[in-house]
Amino acid sequence: MHDVTATHAERKGIYFWVWAGLIFLTGVEVVLAYKRVLEPVHMLEVLLVLSVIKAALITLYFMHLNSEVRAMRWLLTISVTACFVLMWLFFFPDAWRIVHLGVK
Amino acid sequence: MATVQHAVQQDAYEPSLFGTYSNKIGMWLFLASDSLTFGALLFAYSYNRIANPAWPTPFGKQSIANATVMTACLLSSSLTMVLGVLAANRGDKPWTRNWLLATMFFGAAFTVLHAMEWTRLIADKMTPSGNAWSSVPQFGGTFFTLTGMHMLHVTIGIIYLGVIALRKKFLPILFVLWLVGWLATPADNVFHLGIHVLLIGAIVSAIVLFLKPKDYDAHDVEVAGLYWHFVDLVWMFIFPLVYLMSTKV
Repeated sequence: MHDVTATHAERKGIYFWVWAGLIFLTGVEVVLAYKRVLEPVHMLEVLLVLSVIKAALITLYFMHLNSEVRAMRWLLTISVTACFVLMWLFFFPDAWRIVHLGVK
Repeated sequence: MATVQHAVQQDAYEPSLFGTYSNKIGMWLFLASDSLTFGALLFAYSYNRIANPAWPTPFGKQSIANATVMTACLLSSSLTMVLGVLAANRGDKPWTRNWLLATMFFGAAFTVLHAMEWTRLIADKMTPSGNAWSSVPQFGGTFFTLTGMHMLHVTIGIIYLGVIALRKKFLPILFVLWLVGWLATPADNVFHLGIHVLLIGAIVSAIVLFLKPKDYDAHDVEVAGLYWHFVDLVWMFIFPLVYLMSTKV
């Protein structure tokens, strides 16, 4: 038999773990940035990767995207990602030129 | 006289898109479009950041500690929000309201801390078109636009949750908060004008609550939660890009 109370308790546990993970990743970001462990460009890359991981945790668990219908999950993910890729295509050539050739 | 007979069918309507209720799909579509608004602002900020080697780094230990606490507040508010959704799903109304109020508390703490940060930066001669640390005028413009837009979203989120949690009882609270905030802030402070967001929110909430009164159910709590988590998600990008990339050691 499906035990609703047990399911709620289990899900509650997952939410606390996700929250703890998010707090931990925020701590890692602060330490990395404040200690200036990496060069700015590499720092930006690392911080963005950590931010994407945090955003994925929030979307999948807190917003329950992982329990939505597969078609909805993929439609939302692909459409938003495609728009960001389009923005990135405009941004990337200039950013690459500035990082590698400097600003005039 | 002939009478037109309409055939009554049990399944006259098409099943909903993706097998879920329309409010939720509507909110997801809104969030997808809103993510592009924030995406454009974040790209604009990052572009200016990279294009200007003399970009100011005004965020010292105090600012970073403040922003870290703000981040913790938003993350904790997401936890209380999801616990509120769980309580709503099992039909526990008192705990749904308690968790929503806890979420509003964390959101309000975030907004107050952010307002203090803005006030400190403005006192240091930072404006949307200039700052005291460098000759890069874009810093103030992009910073205030991005963080201001986010602060507006958080404030709207608090009002939204207040309406869901307390319904009409929230209206006098909102009006009192607006009045106290307006009278308490000095006339030359930016929030003396900004506090009117609460008044606009109170008027819109009153229109919604009086024209379409309803007892908000678990679906409404879940949809409000989607909006709240999105606001949290956006901050996960603003915090490192704006604050951590401009630390003053």
